[in-house]
Amino acid sequence: MIKSNRSKTLVGFLRYRSSQIGLALVLLYVIVALFAGIIAPYSPIDQQAKDRLQEPNANYLLGTDEFGRDILSRLMHGATNSLRIAVVSVTMACLLGATLGMTSGYFGGLFDNAMMRVMDLFFAFPAILLALTIVAALGPGAVNTILAISVVYTPIFARVARGPVLLLKSTEFVQAAHAIGSRHPRILFRHILPNALAPIIVQITLALSWAMLTEAGLSFLGLGTIPPAPSWGSMLSESRKMMEIAPWMAIFPGLAIMLGVLGFNLLGDGLRDALDPRLRQ
Amino acid sequence: MQRYLSQRLIAFIPTLFGISIVIFIVMRLLPGDAINAMVGTSFKLTEAQMAALRAYFGFDKPLYEQYWIWLTSALRGDFGFSVRSGASVLPEILARFPLTFELAILAMLIATLIGAPIGVIAAVRHDSAIDLAGRLFALIGLALPNFWMGTLIILVLSVGFGILPNSGDYTDLVKDPVANLKQLLFPAITLGFAFSASVMRTTRSSMLEELQQDYTRTARGKGLKEQAVIVGHCLKNALIPIITIIGLETGYLFGGAIIVEEVFALPGIGRFLLNGIAQRDYAVVQGTVIFIAFNFVLINLIADLAYAFVNPRIRYD
Repeated sequence: MIKSNRSKTLVGFLRYRSSQIGLALVLLYVIVALFAGIIAPYSPIDQQAKDRLQEPNANYLLGTDEFGRDILSRLMHGATNSLRIAVVSVTMACLLGATLGMTSGYFGGLFDNAMMRVMDLFFAFPAILLALTIVAALGPGAVNTILAISVVYTPIFARVARGPVLLLKSTEFVQAAHAIGSRHPRILFRHILPNALAPIIVQITLALSWAMLTEAGLSFLGLGTIPPAPSWGSMLSESRKMMEIAPWMAIFPGLAIMLGVLGFNLLGDGLRDALDPRLRQ
Repeated sequence: MQRYLSQRLIAFIPTLFGISIVIFIVMRLLPGDAINAMVGTSFKLTEAQMAALRAYFGFDKPLYEQYWIWLTSALRGDFGFSVRSGASVLPEILARFPLTFELAILAMLIATLIGAPIGVIAAVRHDSAIDLAGRLFALIGLALPNFWMGTLIILVLSVGFGILPNSGDYTDLVKDPVANLKQLLFPAITLGFAFSASVMRTTRSSMLEELQQDYTRTARGKGLKEQAVIVGHCLKNALIPIITIIGLETGYLFGGAIIVEEVFALPGIGRFLLNGIAQRDYAVVQGTVIFIAFNFVLINLIADLAYAFVNPRIRYD
């Protein structure tokens, strides 16, 4: 049976156990995030004073916190929060960064040079420090966290998108498109983009994992999501006061972050192997 | 080699200049009036008082002039002073830097000592149980948030062993090395764990490549002991990417240290920065951020030079 390239890629991707686990973790995370309002057994914010600091039990599967809030429900709503911030910020960074990188690489010259020098400046900071500084200047909150993550990731997408364009723009099929009179936007989006897409897709999954981790980290430091809105990072931070009497408060939010990040990392590795066989280890 | 070195050194200066512009712009992004942000909402100042403060801090001057004043004084080592404590910022940073630096170096050593041997063993015993365990270790290491790992370590130590690693004051390395290392050991493990995972991955893939080379077969064929083949031949050649990744990741430790210092309540520059952010002490934030970025760029420069040193091919570029 003859298979198209696309289905071969898909089969290659799904053949590996690690990609399957990654996909399953990501799907679980997305489903919980999308349907938290329906499947969460309790409100993430309502306080039940009589049920404070309950150990995990039949009523509260993962226990409650010091205000009597259900940890499981807070984790589920925390997934919504984390997914929303990750997806919006990575989408913004990808659209802006890939567009900048592609046009800059395609037209080259002075514009390209200036653009890449500016992008280089952003690589002169440890990523978490840059995000932290931006949030420090703008103030805490979901919108500013999204802005911070986008600013950090835009240059990364610009770099990833620019590389393949530099190679592709001198290929014969692009020259042929020029010869038959195609305009620049058409060449960029119809001819070059589809061939430059693989590294961008891989970068998206890795960016999502980094965005989740950064949102949690900033919230842990009290600079991300503002309580009482549930965020995995701020739940972990709150758990530190109660740790000795309620260790479950520290264990489950961290586990949620780790599994989410692991899912996107495995998915990214699997996609990279499937989309670019040269990089297969 | 000399050309490469001088190119890298010349590129260093505009980068620092660019960093200072980026930080200056970001710090001026703050919404509303800087004076309001500093004073807070508990005081009501008159318009005249506000204007006087603005003039005092130079906020009434045009932006480029403010930048110029800030840059020229920063070059003279004057990063301004903390509006909370009144202390000059740079000496405060320098007093806290040894702790952060020691933490980063310890984390790097731990990461290398854990990551490199596991990577070599995983490559030599390719696809064995040890290899699988090593790869699992790397996957978890890269997904484990350092603030969770640190929290768990404190939990285990305090509940299981009755030790509170973040209760005591920080002891100077020179005064009492043993007490100092005891305090920094767990923070350094936390900071270096993810790093050890990437060292392990790089070592493994780099070793796997070298083990398949012709010279490896020749070395085995002429009857060298396996240990000599692996350590003397393969590992030596596999070192280039390993040193590169160690250099790159060491710079990132200064970012990670901010969170780890917070978790373990260590008084380094990361915590100084976070306190500055919490207290809206902008001179502290600005000074600390540029100091960390400077170190990051410096370490990347050193990593580049180390790379040129171990990889002779780059000299003829």
